[in-house]
Amino acid sequence: MSLRARGATLLIGLFVSTSVLAHAMLDRSAPPVGSSVKSSPARVELWFTQPLEPAFSSVKVLDGGGRQVDRGDSTVDSVDAAHLLISVPALPSGRYRVVWRAISADTHVTEGDFTFDVAP
Amino acid sequence: MEHSSPRVTALDPALRVGCVARRFRAVRRPLATTAAVIAAIGAGGADLASAHGFAGKRFFPATLATDDPFVADELSLPTVARRRTEDNGSSTTETSASIDFSKRITRDFGLGAGATWLRLEPSGGTRVQGWDNFALSAKYQFLKSDPDETIISVGVDADLGSTGASRVGAESFSTITPTFFVGHGFGSLPDDMRLLRPFAITGSVGIGVPTRTSSSSLDEDGNAVTEQHPSVLKFGFALEYSLGYLHSFVKDVGLSGALRNAVPIVEVALQRPINRGGGPTTGTINPGILFPGRTMQFGIEAVIPVNGHTGGGTGVLLQLHFFLDDLLPRSLGKPLIGD
Repeated sequence: MSLRARGATLLIGLFVSTSVLAHAMLDRSAPPVGSSVKSSPARVELWFTQPLEPAFSSVKVLDGGGRQVDRGDSTVDSVDAAHLLISVPALPSGRYRVVWRAISADTHVTEGDFTFDVAP
Repeated sequence: MEHSSPRVTALDPALRVGCVARRFRAVRRPLATTAAVIAAIGAGGADLASAHGFAGKRFFPATLATDDPFVADELSLPTVARRRTEDNGSSTTETSASIDFSKRITRDFGLGAGATWLRLEPSGGTRVQGWDNFALSAKYQFLKSDPDETIISVGVDADLGSTGASRVGAESFSTITPTFFVGHGFGSLPDDMRLLRPFAITGSVGIGVPTRTSSSSLDEDGNAVTEQHPSVLKFGFALEYSLGYLHSFVKDVGLSGALRNAVPIVEVALQRPINRGGGPTTGTINPGILFPGRTMQFGIEAVIPVNGHTGGGTGVLLQLHFFLDDLLPRSLGKPLIGD
């Protein structure tokens, strides 16, 4: 590898090694963002790029009509503060919207939503 | 013998990116303690929403060749460009390295300063190098809509005449450019078009008005030469597709590493003289990719002449950009007045 190529690799690696921005952005979820699952999950889980402030970070799950269908027990994992989860009852087939609000430990607020489908 | 020749600039506008690479961003709040955060939120008076480059779910990365609509604390160090240009059949390789610094005075108003070092290498000629004119700017962000992922600002840029080296083409006069900026994300597209939601566009339009309409000098034969300095319409846009937005809000397609949050982008930067002899539209199309990180961003673009009037060959543009509000949240990274 040439010196220039090594330099470029090092530079890109510098950015890859850091999560995007200093804000709590959604890194991944279960069910995955935009996915279709064969059966209802027992809970919806979200992993963020930053630890969250538990008292002010939350998630809810809405059905296609906008009605909240989760069990209302949104919580930040006591072991992994970047892990936000909520349990849901057995969901019939359809499209569900997950709406979250996250406040990172450095006070940045981020909000977002995504959908997943429970297949018929 | 006296003759006139319209002139926009002696240098390739694509290499003047340092003057437009400033990024203005919205507010953030430094951390005191978690208890203070809880107290602030509990009191209901804390405005914690938003941070640099955000409008709702949308994060607008710093663009390289065109300016964007945010007020922010930021530093581009360096922005490096290299391209071969042509003028009347002669070829010159132009290299520039710029530094740009922007500072919020209030939450929505910021000032900026920039400097560009230039090296011109004419084919078969003598290489010259030096500083281009220094630039100052001001910008006011007067609209931000989170649901619409939209930000609109107005600003003015001043290239200060005679502050650079004439041997590299630095003008002896100043140019004042009032500019209108807008940024919009497409997150509100309907569900059947959701894969297009990660798209966003930023753009600007301004008119560069020289403080002197013409200059006179003597050519090599001792003849008087009058050079016209037209006002110039400057417009550009950046079309970007945020893979981070795709993964977080639309569909996790499983990309990993640098690509997971990368932003493929195409920038178009154009200018057209509008009086005093005028001239054709010139500019460049810059396809590239940005890698936003926690406190900094790396970007690289190709610089392609938009038409034959622009001339020259394909060049390259690179930038290392620092988010000062994340790097230094309690000092340089916050507004001087208010929060």
